[in-house]
Amino acid sequence: MRKGLSWFNTTSIVLGFAFLYLPILLLVIYSFNASRLVTVWAGFSTEWYWKLLQNDQLLEAAWVTLRVAFISASVATVLGTLAAIALTRYGRFNGRMLFSGMVYAPLVMPEVITGLSLLLLFVAVNFDRGFWTITLAHITFTMCFVSVVVQSRLVTFDRSLEEAALDLGCPPLKTFFVVTLPIILPAVVSGWMLAFTLSLDDLVIASFTTGPGATTLPMRIYSQVRLGVTPEINAICTIMIGIVTVVVVLASIITKRQEVARERAERLAAAG
Amino acid sequence: MAAKAKGRWLVLAVPYLWLLVLFLVPFLIVFKISLSQDAIAQPPYEPVFDLAAGWDAITDAFSQLNFDNYAYVLSWDNEFIEAYGSSLWIAGISTLLLLAVGYPIAYGMARAPKSIRPTLLMLVILPFWTSFLIRVYAWIGILSPEGLLNQLLIALGIISPDAPLQILATDTAVYIGIVYSYLPFMILPLYSALEKMDETLLEAAADLGCPPFAAFWKITWPLSLPGVFAGCLLCFIPAVGEFVIPDLLGGSDTMMIGKVLWTEFSVNRSWTVSSAVAVLLLLVLVVPIVFYQNVQAKEMEGR
Repeated sequence: MRKGLSWFNTTSIVLGFAFLYLPILLLVIYSFNASRLVTVWAGFSTEWYWKLLQNDQLLEAAWVTLRVAFISASVATVLGTLAAIALTRYGRFNGRMLFSGMVYAPLVMPEVITGLSLLLLFVAVNFDRGFWTITLAHITFTMCFVSVVVQSRLVTFDRSLEEAALDLGCPPLKTFFVVTLPIILPAVVSGWMLAFTLSLDDLVIASFTTGPGATTLPMRIYSQVRLGVTPEINAICTIMIGIVTVVVVLASIITKRQEVARERAERLAAAG
Repeated sequence: MAAKAKGRWLVLAVPYLWLLVLFLVPFLIVFKISLSQDAIAQPPYEPVFDLAAGWDAITDAFSQLNFDNYAYVLSWDNEFIEAYGSSLWIAGISTLLLLAVGYPIAYGMARAPKSIRPTLLMLVILPFWTSFLIRVYAWIGILSPEGLLNQLLIALGIISPDAPLQILATDTAVYIGIVYSYLPFMILPLYSALEKMDETLLEAAADLGCPPFAAFWKITWPLSLPGVFAGCLLCFIPAVGEFVIPDLLGGSDTMMIGKVLWTEFSVNRSWTVSSAVAVLLLLVLVVPIVFYQNVQAKEMEGR
């Protein structure tokens, strides 16, 4: 078999990545543009970043968004992990079809439907809309993503480890925290990160379920984008892209290191 | 043993109840409101079920439910059917484009040296972590009449400065936006199907004199079909209900049902009609959604 990549594969990868990254790259470059006209380059400037710091509305929205994302990702991670355990470890139980349906359907459900249905629920039970309704809505749709990520780890790991602990008299709860959780932790962490970014990102569901006084950053950006492209939006987008890139790259380096360390430990254990 | 059974029960009951209350019950409420009438009241629809008002009031409320909103939505005069049709059309074409763009990329990644595959995979996922809204927004600056694409084409002398390409605010821009935003969802399932493939099958075919293209068509393509199905469903279903992309990149004549539902809800303030639109959208999507659930459940639990 030939080693390396054929010209066809190389071209498709290069073109594909150019398509994925060029628009983002252009957006970042133009956030440093001195001109107010986004499409005319007038020299390098960080003016728009300073303007951002004085935009209280935007900062307030960013703070709301971060709090919603943090709370909803944390609760969603707990619920999603429980759901994943039930789906991978419980075999057949009554109502399994309905349960797995409710876990997988939100992954593809159009956001307008999820948003509208949650809003109508909150209205029907007379729940004051605002920060907490957005948070509840975000927990609900992100927990399904967490569940899928954690499930994919749970189905691949060696269940005899859990069985050994249980056979030796370790209570189920302790077995979970001492044996299962450390093994699935990378998946739980990436599930949390996925939930966090999905929540940060959501415009449609938040717009439906919000009430007075709770405006998230995507809602703020959206209402400005409708008025046209401005360098300030480019600047805030660049900051968000920067944060996400750093977090994702760091997280992948950390999991890589952990994997290497674990493999080494396993090899040592096998040799000893 | 009792404590163990209780713990087991709790693990299932907590997420189960959560999803029942916040996922399933809301749909029942949407269905109920789609059978109600708009009213100038709080909440803005009637009848309202009031359990405290006694049995007669509830049966009376039931008798007020009707299918008027569905008749309204399904009437040919009201452009809703057109919007359903064009949403399915736009989502379908976009899914085919996604497959055409995503397949060579996924194929190239799956055939890349093992050492760089994780990096390539991360590079595909990374844009997905950045905001959807930002990625759509980035295209406005590129596609607008005085945007970067037109500037480039004018500078190259391909088009004249007086007649810039009108791409923004057309369906073409919506296709570009959907393909761009959903590409990782297409590439990832394709990649995982193609990566699992045993390459010695292709060697065997080549040894037996099968030309590369025929080998691809007879071996690689059929083996990648699970990935093709998963990727297409993962893109098609949400694309049908897409709101942000047609709203920001499409024109005023771009009819997509997600946008229509939003307008009905936030501009026309008719909660009952938007509920009927949502129920019908769900009916249109129920077959692909159930199909997707089965694919997903098999992938997750069948191993």
